[in-house]
Amino acid sequence: MTEVTEGNSHNILKKLFLRMGVLPVLLVIALIVFSLMSNQFLKVDNLVNMVRQSVYLILVSLGQMLALVTGGFDLSVGTILAVTSVTSAMVMAHLFAGDPNAIWFAITVGCLAGVLAGGVVGIANGVGVAYLGVSPFIMTIGTQSVGFGIALLMTGGVPVSGLPGELSETLGFGRILGIPIPIILTAIIAIGFYILMTRTARGNYLLAVGGNAKAAALSGVNVRTTLLLAYVLCALVTAVSGLLLTARVESGESNIGGTMALESIAACVIGGVSLRGGIGRVENVVLGAIFIVLVQNGMNLSEVGSYAQMVVLGILLIVAVITDQIRHRMIAGGSGI
Amino acid sequence: MPELVETVALSKHYPGVKALDGVDFKLAAGEVHVLFGENGAGKSTLITLLAGANQPTSGQIIIEGREVTLHSVLDARRHGVSAVFQEFSLIPTLTVAENLFLGDEAGRHGFINRRALTTRARELLADLQFDLDPARRVSTLTRAEQQMVEIAKGFRSKLRVLILDEPTASLTDRETERLFTLIGRLKAEGAGIIYITHRMQEIARIGDRVTVLRDGRKIGTVDARTTSEDQLIEMMTGRTISEIYPKIASNPGDVLLEVEGLRSSAGVHDASITVRRGEIVGLAGLVGSGKSELMRAVFGIDRIVAGTVRFKGQDVTHASPDEMLKRGLFYLPPDRKAEGLVLPFTARSNIALPALRAKLKGMFGLISAGKHATLTRDAAQHVELADRNVGRSVAVLSGGNQQKVLFAKGLGINADLYVLDEPTVGVDVGTRSALYALIKRLCEGGAGVVLVSSDLPEVLHLSHRVYVTRRGSIAGERHGTDINEAALLGLFFDRERAAA
Repeated sequence: MTEVTEGNSHNILKKLFLRMGVLPVLLVIALIVFSLMSNQFLKVDNLVNMVRQSVYLILVSLGQMLALVTGGFDLSVGTILAVTSVTSAMVMAHLFAGDPNAIWFAITVGCLAGVLAGGVVGIANGVGVAYLGVSPFIMTIGTQSVGFGIALLMTGGVPVSGLPGELSETLGFGRILGIPIPIILTAIIAIGFYILMTRTARGNYLLAVGGNAKAAALSGVNVRTTLLLAYVLCALVTAVSGLLLTARVESGESNIGGTMALESIAACVIGGVSLRGGIGRVENVVLGAIFIVLVQNGMNLSEVGSYAQMVVLGILLIVAVITDQIRHRMIAGGSGI
Repeated sequence: MPELVETVALSKHYPGVKALDGVDFKLAAGEVHVLFGENGAGKSTLITLLAGANQPTSGQIIIEGREVTLHSVLDARRHGVSAVFQEFSLIPTLTVAENLFLGDEAGRHGFINRRALTTRARELLADLQFDLDPARRVSTLTRAEQQMVEIAKGFRSKLRVLILDEPTASLTDRETERLFTLIGRLKAEGAGIIYITHRMQEIARIGDRVTVLRDGRKIGTVDARTTSEDQLIEMMTGRTISEIYPKIASNPGDVLLEVEGLRSSAGVHDASITVRRGEIVGLAGLVGSGKSELMRAVFGIDRIVAGTVRFKGQDVTHASPDEMLKRGLFYLPPDRKAEGLVLPFTARSNIALPALRAKLKGMFGLISAGKHATLTRDAAQHVELADRNVGRSVAVLSGGNQQKVLFAKGLGINADLYVLDEPTVGVDVGTRSALYALIKRLCEGGAGVVLVSSDLPEVLHLSHRVYVTRRGSIAGERHGTDINEAALLGLFFDRERAAA
């Protein structure tokens, strides 16, 4: 009897692992470790603060997930943040300086310009990967360099200031019914992504293309437009994150996205997205992003230095990838020989 | 007289699978011993054990009266056993000569004596009467030429036992004849040959004895000349012919597909075929003869250079797979893992994939969970895929169940024309008869079926009409009672000798 129940609980753990990946385990470990290391960690204020800090990474990770499930990745997300931030800030500052009364006009046009600029990077990535057959690695690391260079050229590396205060009062720190606006926006986008991935043909195609592009094509999927969509949507959602960050820091920065590619890929992989494509769930990616921020927050409270934090983040990514491989082997290995 | 090679209770077990189960096998000097059986019956396992490429779990291998343990292919070669596998062990970037003597290079102190290598290669090829330049890079050779190199590799040292795994699969008529002459010479010299083939005609032509394997076990060893084709198939499958192949009523209706003068980027030329509702049209021919390529061009996978394709009366010459599916042509690809299935997906998601846009939309253009469940459940039931397998990742399903998922994808979109490219490759006989029953139902339900297959008995027993492809073109067409092995094989091969 005991053997049977042991076998069952073992099976449940295995199933959970196959479905969710390593995340639940890591989350529990992190919660225990940090609450022992810092008595500030589990306070409600800190937890709410953590969720608010997470939104930027959550949005980028959702975009990154689209690229990953198609079997690629987007290393240019940091650049997309920079380009969006710098473009939106410059347009806003220019319009605001020209007519200080047209505050909302300046903010609206600035935001649109920023999203457009980010979208252009996404279109470049998508066209390169889908239509020209460039590997996602080369294509996105290329646009990463190009975009970052342009952002620096535009600003000379100096933060763009002179933004209307209303920007940060709304998109930065504003609240509706007591809930921070960035959280509301992120929740809406995450729900949209959830519907896309679970309830639309297009979302299913993204997964199918990553799982087996040839089989998808023979099943009537247009592989090229699907890949293009993945990179463009990734850029657009990253651009929204860029706007929120710009509002938060109240200036246009070309240096805001430095570690974003690494962090977003880590969040996705920890959230169970397969690096081979074909597997990825929105809710797990959101949790994965929150987990990364939680670890950073916990390390800050425990007074772990930023250099050591880089070490931890890198190790986490590698551990997540190794676990992903084990998981993949377990999924594929069921077929015997 | 001791046997050349003998195995006693030879077994090879993998976790959960007995690939070979207690097989006693004897090869006499001077005989061609055919191994016969379905995919997965254990033929390949047996020869990999004899060739030293794999080690048995239990049992003995006895060569000329002495029990041996073969640790590697090289080890087996030292005992005079050489194997030519179906999957070539050639390095494409090296030359013919370099490949022939790989691992056995002439020279001293690790330096290769290139001239000696080329001379030896030239002598070997001349001896075999193979018309090949030793200096050519293997990647520039045709598949048949590569096969010749592979065979020549087996002859580079003194041979007592030669193992050939479907050696004629990609050879032309003339090359096949040359191989048979060689085999005859080896026999006369007292060598033994283990020969795997699916072709009845070859068994009768060069075989002395046939050992039939099924599910890893030996079913029996019989005389090749006195055993009939049907007897062999029945031994192979454990069923009678009529149990495997259903009688399918032919009821030709409207013309579905008209292909005229088709030329494609993959080498098809001047191909014209017609397919009607309610009939099964077989496409037979050698590997690479264009039977698969023809239908891939029709489905929009390969580019069409010239000619026309009409489907249900409309010109669809340059339509994409996407559009052909929408119009009701379903193509079942031959390699289910490479082209058929999205492996990380469940069986259910795979079945639904082609139907998502056309059949499963509900409110606001979102996928209706209810329609999704109904369609996939119905399709799974039609192909007899067990409920518990519907929600599992297809990567963990058996080959037979994976093939059922592929069929279910087609049923889900309710196509008018089903193009089935090697529909039963690598599936067990139970699944095979289930799939045949399904094909019967499709055809008798009014759909058209194109059966592209290298499994000749399958084409012979199921088709109402057969086109034979040769060198990228249609070599001929046979109806009803004219569909027999001799007639089709006659069309398979060029009569190039007559012309030369």
